[in-house]
Amino acid sequence: MPVERQLPAEDLLLEVRDLHVHFPLDEGTVKAVAGVDFDVYRNRTLCVVGESGCGKSVSAQSILQLVDRPGRIVQGQIRFHRHDADGSVTVTDLAALRSSSRALRAIRGRHIGMVFQEPNTSLSPIHTVGNQISEVIQLHLGEDEEAARRRGIEMLERVGIARPAQNYDAYTFELSGGMRQRVMIAMALVCSPALLIADEPTTALDVTTQAQIMSLLQELQADFGMGVMLITHDLGVVAEMADDVVVMYLGQVAEYGDVDRIFHAPAHPYTKALLRSIPNLDFDQDIRLDSIRGMVPDPFHRPVGCPFGPRCDEVIEGRCEAENPPAFSLEEGGSVRCLHYEEVTLS
Amino acid sequence: MSEANGTLLSVRNLSMFYPVRGGFLQGHRGEVRAVDDVSFDIQAGETLGLVGESGCGKTTTGRCILRVVAPTAGELWYHPREGESVDLARLDTGGLLPWRQEIRMIFQDPFASLNPRLPVLEIVGECLKVNRGLRGSALEERVAELLGLVGLRPEYMRRYPHAFSGGERQRIGIARALALNPRLVVADEAVSALDVSVRSQTLNLLQDLQNEMQLTYLFISHDLSVIRYVCNRVAVMYVGKLVELADTRSLFLTPQHPYTEALLSSVPKPDPRVRSQRIVLEGDVPDPSQPPSGCHFHPRCRYAVDRCAEETPPLRETADGHHVACHLADEIELVGIHG
Repeated sequence: MPVERQLPAEDLLLEVRDLHVHFPLDEGTVKAVAGVDFDVYRNRTLCVVGESGCGKSVSAQSILQLVDRPGRIVQGQIRFHRHDADGSVTVTDLAALRSSSRALRAIRGRHIGMVFQEPNTSLSPIHTVGNQISEVIQLHLGEDEEAARRRGIEMLERVGIARPAQNYDAYTFELSGGMRQRVMIAMALVCSPALLIADEPTTALDVTTQAQIMSLLQELQADFGMGVMLITHDLGVVAEMADDVVVMYLGQVAEYGDVDRIFHAPAHPYTKALLRSIPNLDFDQDIRLDSIRGMVPDPFHRPVGCPFGPRCDEVIEGRCEAENPPAFSLEEGGSVRCLHYEEVTLS
Repeated sequence: MSEANGTLLSVRNLSMFYPVRGGFLQGHRGEVRAVDDVSFDIQAGETLGLVGESGCGKTTTGRCILRVVAPTAGELWYHPREGESVDLARLDTGGLLPWRQEIRMIFQDPFASLNPRLPVLEIVGECLKVNRGLRGSALEERVAELLGLVGLRPEYMRRYPHAFSGGERQRIGIARALALNPRLVVADEAVSALDVSVRSQTLNLLQDLQNEMQLTYLFISHDLSVIRYVCNRVAVMYVGKLVELADTRSLFLTPQHPYTEALLSSVPKPDPRVRSQRIVLEGDVPDPSQPPSGCHFHPRCRYAVDRCAEETPPLRETADGHHVACHLADEIELVGIHG
């Protein structure tokens, strides 16, 4: 039974359907996201994994309409389900809203929080930590400065910042990288959003700091019950954090499924190759690493058929070069875009 | 793996302090002890890993060995194929010239380490022109050979770096490092900027080249899974000090320093069925200009006793080839990667 059906519909937070994001450039159009579907649920973590240029960050940015120019959403829907305290659910299509519209600004930072990769560049160096946190609180919750300060300090304490009252008045350059990422997380979560989007939140950090931040995110999710969409290139982070996994390649979802199946019964040749190419702490030294031959194709010259075709070891002659496979449902749950699974769906 | 045949470089009591200046007239305010009294040997033909978190001094150690900087104190005994050993730390620019050809570097960032205004022929060939006096077709031939060695098409030598992907650029950087047939290659985070699939290609290439050219690597990285894969022995650094040095297997299976244990447990394992019990260290890596007293790790160490705050533990051999700087190494049982 496909994994989607096992998850309670009332916990659905975000449905992305057939999303296309294009960057019209002088050299041609880059189809950064070329037909992506995924869902995010309350209390669950969806990890989006892939190599540079696969469109994982652009997919995340497009949810909040934060894609850099000249990129824009050309097709598709991003349906956000807002659950109100009285139990009613409002569905908004974020893809149809303008980036600067009032409706979107009311959601961005309030119902959907975002944490970026580089805490150094996403925090303002000329405002104190307190300025930056209280701005969010005052804007979205309409609290006065005193209340915002109290709430901000509480949040800093919650994310594990030592001496929260003093650090509330500190500038961000006075903090270490791990502390800054905690401030980012505090800012993203201070309005208790239903959905947290974290784009490579630990990539710029050291391993021991990464372990702190991952534990913190897990704790906060258990407390607040939010849905988390985590973008990462690190399969180790995926294995530790994810409930569901989306594997992206060249702007498309190569495979989707729950984390255990992705790691223990991967279906797509790209997922299999990716898992084989990571150096594991455990194995013996004489074993050579498998690698994927060739490289990610130039975005201006996408292969005509399956995007992974030119690098794939399981090519079906005469078909993979010509057809870009649709997503087939798998019996074990999830879906895969590979012609090898065609019969599975037909039967 | 190539077998060890003697010591290539002996690092003895290496220290590198950077002055901290400030206040009126930029007076001397103290110093950052980037590398503090570090000693180890690099055996010919091995890959020695140098691992630690940002600011631990691993890159500075590499830069001292390359003599990009002049160390504050200590000796760097290089043992050439023939003739007397030399102390690189004491040589001046002229004296270093012949040895610079034998110790080369692979840089981290393939985008920043190649001059965008030079074609590959110039980037890889420059050191051949300067040191070997190669010109014209002889130069092109050698560059073509080097590009072939790293798996790039020789026809590409007239292209500029922008025409290459990150993985290919890193190969150009490797070709440049190998142009003069060096003996020791310092690879500072050489694969950290690469994607998973390209990273494994590059690691395999580095291993093939090591076997082919009898290279010795000092492999500096923060990524333990990469270190585990390529290194014969591993040195762990924390705030300028060497805290543990052992062969890779015993370091990963039976670590003896609590910091190594925590580091190993922090690495996310790529298997959702073994979601590990991470040892989450409290606080941050201390500022190397004001390191804690005694053992620098004691404020974050879960085993620390009073003595750890007072006495700096020396690096001592506890088992065959296993060196550790911890007062409690004989008393505590630590957990390795199978724990």
